Amino acid sequence: MFPLKLGHCSLNKEIGVIVINSLWQQIPGGFGKIHHITQNGGLYKRPFNEAFEETPMLVAVLTYVGYGILTLFGYLRDFLRYWKIEKCHNATEREEQRDFVPLYQDFENFYTRNLYMRIRDSWNRPICSVPGGKVDLLERVSHDYNWTFTYTGKVIKDIINMGSYNYLGFAENAGPSKIPVTKVLSQYGCGMCSTRQEMGNVDKHEELETLLARYLGVESALAYGMGFATNSMNIPALVGKGCLILSDELNHASLVLGARLSGATIRIFKHNNMQSLEKLLKDAIVYGQPRTHRPWKKILIIVEGIYSMEGSIVRLPEVIALKKKYKSYLYLDEAHSIGALGPNGRGVVEYFGLDPEDVDIMMGTFTKSFGAAGGYIGGKKELIDYLRVHSHSAVYATSLSPPVVQQIITTMKCIMGEDGTTLGKQRIQQLAENTRYFRRRLKELGFIIYGNEDSPVVPLMLYMPAKIGAFGREMLKRHIGVVVVGFPATPIIESRARICLSAIHTKEILDIALKKIDEVGDLLMLKYSRHRQVPLLDRPFDETTYEETED
Amino acid sequence: MDLKQMKDYIYWLYFQYLLVTCSYVLEPWEQSMFHTITITVVAMVVYTAYVFIPIHIRLAFEFFSQIFG
Repeated sequence: MFPLKLGHCSLNKEIGVIVINSLWQQIPGGFGKIHHITQNGGLYKRPFNEAFEETPMLVAVLTYVGYGILTLFGYLRDFLRYWKIEKCHNATEREEQRDFVPLYQDFENFYTRNLYMRIRDSWNRPICSVPGGKVDLLERVSHDYNWTFTYTGKVIKDIINMGSYNYLGFAENAGPSKIPVTKVLSQYGCGMCSTRQEMGNVDKHEELETLLARYLGVESALAYGMGFATNSMNIPALVGKGCLILSDELNHASLVLGARLSGATIRIFKHNNMQSLEKLLKDAIVYGQPRTHRPWKKILIIVEGIYSMEGSIVRLPEVIALKKKYKSYLYLDEAHSIGALGPNGRGVVEYFGLDPEDVDIMMGTFTKSFGAAGGYIGGKKELIDYLRVHSHSAVYATSLSPPVVQQIITTMKCIMGEDGTTLGKQRIQQLAENTRYFRRRLKELGFIIYGNEDSPVVPLMLYMPAKIGAFGREMLKRHIGVVVVGFPATPIIESRARICLSAIHTKEILDIALKKIDEVGDLLMLKYSRHRQVPLLDRPFDETTYEETED
Repeated sequence: MDLKQMKDYIYWLYFQYLLVTCSYVLEPWEQSMFHTITITVVAMVVYTAYVFIPIHIRLAFEFFSQIFG
């Protein structure tokens, strides 16, 4: 829940590499991202304000200088370790395996050993309370520069929690779901020890799926015990050889893994860039499969609702328009957006006022807004029936634990207002208010903030490697817990702190947090923004920087 | 009071130097090594500038005054 960890630490290496490559290629033409504020008139029912402020040149140069210095010292330390001048803490190749493929010599290992280790204290902090609005942390110290940690036994109390994906504040040990969950626990026990297809299917699962289908506005739905596996195991069940996957470049590792496992051809379009997507679609239709030029069996577009590293919201109306135009399928991962967006918390589809029927595969997780565990897929009845039989995570995985199912049911009913209270509705409104307020204030303070103004994930740019560690430490000193993210989860120069807002944050808490962030921002000189908003006529799409993805 | 502000400001500048050069995350012995190198380089640049720039300026001045008479 709260671990201050290296973002999606598992984020696929290749994605990191792809992003970096494109970054390197973009540098001669001016630094990477271009601002854009666009409203594609006809399709959008509400203003769509999304901005990625350009990295200031000086900051980018200094960031590279910093990495240069750290790399030099890294080589020095590796040299000392190699000649046994200093003690080697990390894993090394074994003497008898010298002629085998080297395991610890690539850049990732060098990075972990010599750069990440120095600031490791800002990640993976153990917590010892409910990850609600405030959280208790175990105090720990390191006597060997972060190679090992020892716990002092003290607890740092009441840290303001700006790191959990607890969008609606349902990660709590009191509140509406406490009693029903305890009841279910005593009635059903804690685990089923079997799969859905064998002995693990209980009435609670059926209840959840019916409710879920109603909540999403789809014909049928299927719940799984693990969100990551929902993506990585269902995509292979849907597409295979001879199919084409069009995937956003910043898609989560689970989607990337699923796409790879499927054996389909994968082509990557630029993040949220509809021209890039349309070009790929057009090419796919015109040229068909490579060499044989047969038409593709299926074309699947994979996008996420909210991108957790950029805080951007998918341009769903345009994606759906393209999908319809080119007769392809759409897989929408609502891991972060379900519950967090839309007037009734039904995700990005409701946010844009679209019809859930238009999205072929609605995927999402229960880990974030619902404060539980697992994932789901919603869609047409035929699709769900097919997946129920063919998806690995439906066939082989143990079914969801009943207390977890009850937690999901209770929170979902609360969000839908079916429990007779307005608590859910209030929380959704509170979250939207918090998001707008917090993002506006941070912008006013002069920080570079990425993403959509309605996204509760707020990436605050830090850029320089020393500032990642310093920001985490200084914020913790001021009793605020934030997640800092660096390479490989982000491009190497775009390190950031990722602040996740929650409905449980009151205005007072947010004001305290803002005050402290302001203080730290002055101390670390983080206020990079130059407030230069360039209203482009249309979205930036430079044919020259577009890389063709070959298969 | 002013002295304290001055001290704070100098500390802040030093902190910025630490952050930008990433010596903030270095271990103490590495840090002292890095500072030594930086100080040496800066001192040499300053000294060279002090020694050579006046000479060059004088030579340039003489050269141009010969041309333009």
